Amino acid sequence: MNQPTNREPHVDDSRPIFLQIAEQLEDDIVAGRLPEETQVPSTNELAAFLRINPATAAKGVNLLVDQGVLYKKRGIGMFVAEGARARLVAQRRDRFREQYIAPLMTEAERLGITPDQLAAMIREDGR
Amino acid sequence: MTTVIRAEGLSKTYGHGSNAVHALADATFALEENRIHGLLGRNGAGKTTLMQLLTGQEFATAGTIEVFGENPVENARVLDRVCFIKESQRYPEDFRVKHVLRSAPWFFPEWDQDFAEELVERFRLPVNRRVKKLSRGQLSAVGVIVGLASRAPLTFFDEPYLGLDAVARQLFYDTLLADFAEHPRTVVLSTHLIDEVSNLLEHVVVIDEGRIIIDADADDLRGSAIDVVGARSAVEAFTAGREVLHRSALGGLATATVAGLDEAGRAEARAAGLELAPVSLQQLVVRTTTGETADRTNGVPA
Repeated sequence: MNQPTNREPHVDDSRPIFLQIAEQLEDDIVAGRLPEETQVPSTNELAAFLRINPATAAKGVNLLVDQGVLYKKRGIGMFVAEGARARLVAQRRDRFREQYIAPLMTEAERLGITPDQLAAMIREDGR
Repeated sequence: MTTVIRAEGLSKTYGHGSNAVHALADATFALEENRIHGLLGRNGAGKTTLMQLLTGQEFATAGTIEVFGENPVENARVLDRVCFIKESQRYPEDFRVKHVLRSAPWFFPEWDQDFAEELVERFRLPVNRRVKKLSRGQLSAVGVIVGLASRAPLTFFDEPYLGLDAVARQLFYDTLLADFAEHPRTVVLSTHLIDEVSNLLEHVVVIDEGRIIIDADADDLRGSAIDVVGARSAVEAFTAGREVLHRSALGGLATATVAGLDEAGRAEARAAGLELAPVSLQQLVVRTTTGETADRTNGVPA
């Protein structure tokens, strides 16, 4: 049986669970834990593993089917589409600025760290 | 989607005149087939009254009920498809657990004996013990087993976990999910342990003082309200003109639960130096049923 991830199963209350399911599957695809053309866990497996309603799990999976990230093989199950990883990576790069840079700048400003100092920190730590 | 339960203007009043108690007032809602519905609310909110009306065990003072398209009162076509697990089910004197399990198929056409026996093992239930000698938790386990193994197309669980320890409750939830996935049916789970079950629910009805105050899909409620935390002046400035479900303050620090905050609103809050924290379904219910600043006229805070 495919396990969804090797991290702790977890959903939280911040957003609809079906979005979190879709994102967790996307994470697994981007990280290479779910390579292209491999089968993803069934909605019942996801539901039991994450202890969520099967219909909610199905909604998350279907969101990725609608986006062409997953596709259905009749009678077998859901599979990761070819080219899915590259497309997800491109999407995430587009969102990187608002999701990561913006809050980083806000907190840096609150702490009196200038953009130059921040850039220096990133150069020191990042590699 | 097929509707299994439809209630319109449903009311139940006990007593008369100035002593009248409105256990349920003008409830209108519908429950769809093959979903797990949560019936949530405080003790005495009217949950049990509502389930008694829906299962034909009480007569409505006003309003109409349709269960599988028909009135449930003394209607075998409806009641044969319904299982109602009460908080405190009474059994005949001298009944042993095995007698309960043996008589269950008379009431539930879909009864699965093998599944029932498997559950008896899992819940470690002593089948030869008299029901009246069971512990509170074991008695609850009997109800849970009957409710699950009945496979009734419409199953009500009214606070089914009294006295069950955390392990047994988790066993109930996991078994319910797994069996529901294999054998889809309509389940109504009445509970006030909302955190434990919120992820199992697809749809939620919240009832308070006999009135339905929330009737929404569980996933739509997630993220529908958010806690905004920060300096009191900043919180007050930010929440001016917005729908606030609840406020609390400690010294110069304040928290406000704000409904329907979109991405732009969230960005605005962050820019104002405020922290955002998710609100769980349980917190949302608590904040809409304590009746402080809650808007009680419309249901969903959206």
